Amino acid sequence: MPSSSSAATEFFEPDLCVRNFAGSIDCPNPFWLASAPPTNCGEQIMRAFDAGWGGAVWKTIGAPVTNVTSRYSSIDWQGQRMMGFNNIELISDRPIETNLREMAEVKKRYPAHAVIASLMVESTREAWHDIVGRSEDAGADGLELNFGCPHGMSERGMGSAVGQVPEYAQMITEWVKEKARTPVLVKLTPNISDIRTVARAARRGGADGLSAINTINSITGIDLDTLIPRPNVDGRSSHGGYCGPAVKPIALNMVQQVMADAESALPMSGIGGIATWTDAAEFILLGCGTVQVCTAAMHYGYRIVEDMADGLRNWMSDKGFRTLEDFRGLSVNRVTEWKHLNLNYKIVAHINEQKCIGCDLCHIACWDGAHQCIHLDRVSGPVDGHVELHPIPATHERASQRSIAVTPVTRQERNAAVSAEVRGPHPTPLARIPRVDETECVGCNLCSCVCPVDNCITMIEVSTGLAPETWEERTGGAACSVEPQIL
Amino acid sequence: MSSGYSVKESPTIRERFAELHQPLTAQSARVESNRCLNCFDAPCMVACPTHIDVAGFIKRIASGNLRGSARRILEANVLAGSCSRVCPVEVLCEGACVMHRHHQPPISIALLQRYAMDAFHASGEPLLPVAPAPIDLRVACIGSGPASLACAAELRKHGAHVTVFDSRALPGGLNTYGVAEYKLPTADSLREVELIRNMGVEFRLRSAIESAVDLEALEAEFDCIFLGVGLGAMQRLGIAGESDSESYMPMHETRGVLNALQLIASYKTGHITHMKGPVVVIGAGNTAIDAAIAAKRLGADPVTMLYRRGPMDISAFDFEFKHAREEGVQFLWRHLPVEIRHAEDGSLLLDIQAVRLLRGKFELVEDSRITLACNTVIPAIGQSPLTKLLSEFRQITIERGLIVVDPASGRTANPRFYAGGDCANGGREVVDAVADGKRAAIGIVQAHATAIPAIEVVHA
Repeated sequence: MPSSSSAATEFFEPDLCVRNFAGSIDCPNPFWLASAPPTNCGEQIMRAFDAGWGGAVWKTIGAPVTNVTSRYSSIDWQGQRMMGFNNIELISDRPIETNLREMAEVKKRYPAHAVIASLMVESTREAWHDIVGRSEDAGADGLELNFGCPHGMSERGMGSAVGQVPEYAQMITEWVKEKARTPVLVKLTPNISDIRTVARAARRGGADGLSAINTINSITGIDLDTLIPRPNVDGRSSHGGYCGPAVKPIALNMVQQVMADAESALPMSGIGGIATWTDAAEFILLGCGTVQVCTAAMHYGYRIVEDMADGLRNWMSDKGFRTLEDFRGLSVNRVTEWKHLNLNYKIVAHINEQKCIGCDLCHIACWDGAHQCIHLDRVSGPVDGHVELHPIPATHERASQRSIAVTPVTRQERNAAVSAEVRGPHPTPLARIPRVDETECVGCNLCSCVCPVDNCITMIEVSTGLAPETWEERTGGAACSVEPQIL
Repeated sequence: MSSGYSVKESPTIRERFAELHQPLTAQSARVESNRCLNCFDAPCMVACPTHIDVAGFIKRIASGNLRGSARRILEANVLAGSCSRVCPVEVLCEGACVMHRHHQPPISIALLQRYAMDAFHASGEPLLPVAPAPIDLRVACIGSGPASLACAAELRKHGAHVTVFDSRALPGGLNTYGVAEYKLPTADSLREVELIRNMGVEFRLRSAIESAVDLEALEAEFDCIFLGVGLGAMQRLGIAGESDSESYMPMHETRGVLNALQLIASYKTGHITHMKGPVVVIGAGNTAIDAAIAAKRLGADPVTMLYRRGPMDISAFDFEFKHAREEGVQFLWRHLPVEIRHAEDGSLLLDIQAVRLLRGKFELVEDSRITLACNTVIPAIGQSPLTKLLSEFRQITIERGLIVVDPASGRTANPRFYAGGDCANGGREVVDAVADGKRAAIGIVQAHATAIPAIEVVHA
């Protein structure tokens, strides 16, 4: 495996092909459309393949349903649409025969692409045997068992009603495996206290792979005029499934939990808030062999896959990765339990005065949200030390309120105002560039998170002169209070 | 809400002086307000003479709390509606925005403020609450311009009795009579005054305070007197032929010599609706530009601005200069008017001469005299101080025609007299007058209202 640090001096075209995923699934790239409205019918899936998608998980086929309107609601954040997205749509409301006829047509025209049949039927061996056989006869390259749908279907004993009970999940997986000739993926619900319990059950039941995560139970919000939660179905709402960019951190965590657990780990198709190649790379670094996308495609259309593939290839080229396998899983073991972290590693914040724009958000964040060690004292004279030695934020604000400001109406006044601004050594007046008291800084990182300027606040390692030591080492293996280990 | 004061609306004026800037839509306001970084102790707030909590009101727009946004603004500045239209924000809040250093355009603070204030005005809600318990303090505000209005409103907040005097028929001072209509329509100025009147401020219009007798009567009736009298008439050119060319009926007649403020007041009150022929504006300040653009929009052509220095020296703001050029105003640099004569057809012949600066003094260039034929000459070289009026006030220190005040409290040398706005600051912006008036009101309350705790400058 090439080292990730060997920055490519040679340019090459990395290979995005997926081979033998979960045993036998091949596709031209790891980007699949998740089982959802973008994969509702054959016509859509063929257009998606033309756009560049490597695979598609057909919108779940199974028990007959009727849908309601409306079905979606979303969370906008600071003017940006669909930071988080929620749906109460059920599985496919088209006849099974239609879906399977179209699936056969897609496979005939696109033999190199992965077509996965997502399935959900009532919990009987016969029903599952029947749908597995018919799907494989239609040409499905694999099966995805929908044990995750959190709304509607679960009330009928399907979807997450199965996925939340390890014994049911194992039993149905075993039934499917009795019949299936193609790889069987079990789609996991996050609506459970430890996702590994069902992952282990699926593995015990003989699953060839996993998909994670399905959507998260949610109420996205309430209309403050009508007092009706969204989405509004004739005056009422129902809990939905949350997805989109907001859920990615939750998905990454759950994927890592599964992939780091020897009894759970299986070939993984990562799902949850993936919208760009960077998201995809992160899921692959945590061990995923393929990734599935829905919300971003619903937001912008199939065309987003172009940059996903292009961007991933360019990053791989920069890092010297020739295939997906070259970097898959490299970050899994970089996540550890808290008790194994080095207590003697210390960083402190550093503000680049040339980049600082003087918003002073780091100052107020540090004072109100952290450890009171970023001060506005470059002009009055720096003082290091604890909180009592410094003016509090309100003191600065009061001084501003009392100041007398006038409009510079003459040209001389305006010139004077401009030269006063630029007189200092930095683009921002010295009085507005905060200063970090490194003796008090605990290295928490909050300031660099709130700073709006890239690379303005960086965290610099300072030597403690101490050898690395973990909590476990320090306490001789005593229980750590942060995260109880679940086995 | 119907206004107690109104002005004759001319369709011609409304059409030709349509608002310069379009208001924000709800969605554009939301997008723009979300762009604001919400700086701590924000430079925009510091730069604003009235210290409006800019980030605070913008984040209230972003959250959908439009009412709270407007009230946040009004706590600091009761004339925030007009300020949002007339403030030279390029050299104030928007000039101070950190976005300049973030390689982005500054937040559109003026448009956002106007958005919040328009919503407030449309709601019909009264201005800030008046103190529940009146205090025994009677204050007269002389002049009804921005300084007096701000002083009066702040005093009412503290429960004082306030009476505003003005010699003119309409209240608002230069906000009503002196701001270009495309920036601040007269009706909007009057609407703002009406809200202040509804706080319980008494207005005595057409009441000139001109003599020692008038002042004695005021001193007998009121505990304190706030002087918000502004500046005097526009300065005359002082050249031959000027006096006998001055417009006989300046509110109606555009031929002859008509100063910039006369022109602006006349068209804003619907008395002048058309101009024609060539017009020459003398001066290159912001009021000169307002007058030149007004002449242009009223139909005059060409409109030429005459200035004794060069384009780098004008006192007008850069955006005003740019606007004038966009409107097609022409400039004649480094020239002085020397004489006004009459042509046979009744039009004017303005003799001008090139001028150069030698050792700090202007010197006419010999043999450079030329004559401009025009219908109107518009002097716009600044307002003169109200020396005659001010000399009537006793024990008040006057320097170079301006009232000397303590900047923090607006108090004059006479402890019963306070002053603010142009008559004390020499002629600045509406927002400076509002800041002066507010500080003076707090100064008055602190010094003269007994048995109430000292008022901290309200954290707006």
